[in-house]
Amino acid sequence: MRIICFAKQVPDPEVPAASFKIDPATNKAAPVAGVAPVINGFDLNAIEAALRLKEKHSATVTVISLGKNLVQDVIKKPLSMGCDELILLQDDAFEDGDAASIAEALALAVKKAGQFDLILCGRQASDTDRGQVGPAVAELLGLPCVTLAKGVETGEGTVKVERVVADGTEVVEAPLPALVTVSNELGEPRYPTLRGIMTAGRKTPTVWTAADIGADPGKVGAKGRTVSTVKLFIPQVEKNCEFIAGENGADAGRKLALRLREVKLI
Amino acid sequence: MTNQGILVVAEIAGGKVSPVTHEALALAHKLQPKLGGGVAALAIGAVSDAVAKSLISHGATKVYAVSAPGLAAYSPDAYVQVVQQVIAKANPRLVLLGQTDIGRDLAPKAAFHLKATLTMDCVDLGVEGAAIRATKPVYGGNAQAIYESAAALHMATIRPKAFEAMPANDAAHGVVEQVSVTIDQSKVKVKTLEMKKEQAQGLRLEDAPVVISGGRGLGGPEPFVKLEELAKILGGAVGASRAVCDAGWQPVAKQVGLTGKTVTPDLYIAVAISGASQHMAGCSGAKNIVAINKDKDSSIFKESRFGVVGAWEEVLPAFTEMCRELRGA
Repeated sequence: MRIICFAKQVPDPEVPAASFKIDPATNKAAPVAGVAPVINGFDLNAIEAALRLKEKHSATVTVISLGKNLVQDVIKKPLSMGCDELILLQDDAFEDGDAASIAEALALAVKKAGQFDLILCGRQASDTDRGQVGPAVAELLGLPCVTLAKGVETGEGTVKVERVVADGTEVVEAPLPALVTVSNELGEPRYPTLRGIMTAGRKTPTVWTAADIGADPGKVGAKGRTVSTVKLFIPQVEKNCEFIAGENGADAGRKLALRLREVKLI
Repeated sequence: MTNQGILVVAEIAGGKVSPVTHEALALAHKLQPKLGGGVAALAIGAVSDAVAKSLISHGATKVYAVSAPGLAAYSPDAYVQVVQQVIAKANPRLVLLGQTDIGRDLAPKAAFHLKATLTMDCVDLGVEGAAIRATKPVYGGNAQAIYESAAALHMATIRPKAFEAMPANDAAHGVVEQVSVTIDQSKVKVKTLEMKKEQAQGLRLEDAPVVISGGRGLGGPEPFVKLEELAKILGGAVGASRAVCDAGWQPVAKQVGLTGKTVTPDLYIAVAISGASQHMAGCSGAKNIVAINKDKDSSIFKESRFGVVGAWEEVLPAFTEMCRELRGA
């Protein structure tokens, strides 16, 4: 079995809100000094799902990453976790795309990568929080698509997915090849082992340009956008918090209850 | 013919129209003067008179009712076909859905299938000249982006509770049109085998007037018993942060945040929650946030009306006892 995963490099979402700044020139988050980018956490959940399947069914896992200024140590993490192959889509023509134009490039890359059984990717990226690229790729490749997976299991020509719904979960089945987007409920992605890191160090990612995958320059990146960004801004939510103090924690707790009663909140 | 008007894809749960559908209808009403056409709703499944009436009384002047076997429960590949056929009939400029588990799944599948543009999880929508402008939170809620589409057909999902529904007007008039659709079963690839419901006890989180949420700082699943106790006294429900649900301390259905539930209670009590943007995305609509956290620099205090800086182990029991006394419970 061959599984393809998508992994996106994003700014570290754990950066405290106070240090989050926008670069108005690019309409993107400004890099925070000393904080390295990370692989989108939901993509790591998808890679974890792929590696669990690899352990059970001896699959090979190919990872495709699209982006600029990719940091080698960061983008190679899926390899050090146990993925087999890494393909980087690097070309100025891919830059500043939206869901439609990113999906176009990814779908072409999947076609070039050859035979596969399953595509796994994160439910959304933690920068754009868009949640569209997975289903868009499925549509372009004519694949059945299951979103928000908490568990993924493959059978004879099928994939069975437990997916997160409002009041619990739902188990669905689709024929392979299929595309599944994975949610954080799948569980923590594994840490790379030392051996994994060394193996990854010896591997050289394959790099493909727009020409390599036969992309129509008008359909990928900024030129292929269907939705334009007008602006990015930080909403102002600052409220004046009234701190309730006491002689100790218990006293403060009692005073908090009394204050809430005073303003008729309890 | 240029596309006109707005079509709201209704969500029906337990025979009732979901609140987010009423919110979408109110938004559609606001946008209608600029988009022309009318405000229509698409109801799929068992469309009762009560459902049609609820849609009309909340702003739909037309209801497309699609009842067919196999459509009672959500099936993505069948629903995409329904949406496609009704859009071909109604020719709307804008299609609205809720950012719910169904909307998250159906909207991108339908939009990319129809080559429509799409913005999801919108907290504001407007019309600027010939374009539709959508505002949505990005970077886990740290920022918001405004996107614009001039496409002939735009689809958007709206964040639950980001817009206010109109009060029901029982005198409102609307037409119900039964639409028969053809479902190509060979295209129905994703099939539901089983539903596993997690029975959250007591009040539904989204409906509770008081929500008490616990975070990673609680250190384990046990302290949630104490939150349940407080919830009982205050007539509320218990929620949790993503870290808590990922760790399995609480069921996923209790997660409040960007990838979980959106709650807008009168009172939201955050215990040992740092206030990461992705959590605040689910509770910043609360009328009053109260935080108990040992770190005075926690970002939760920035959005709180009242706060106590202290260890929850000390603050919470005394707070709970005083609440019990004051409520006479």
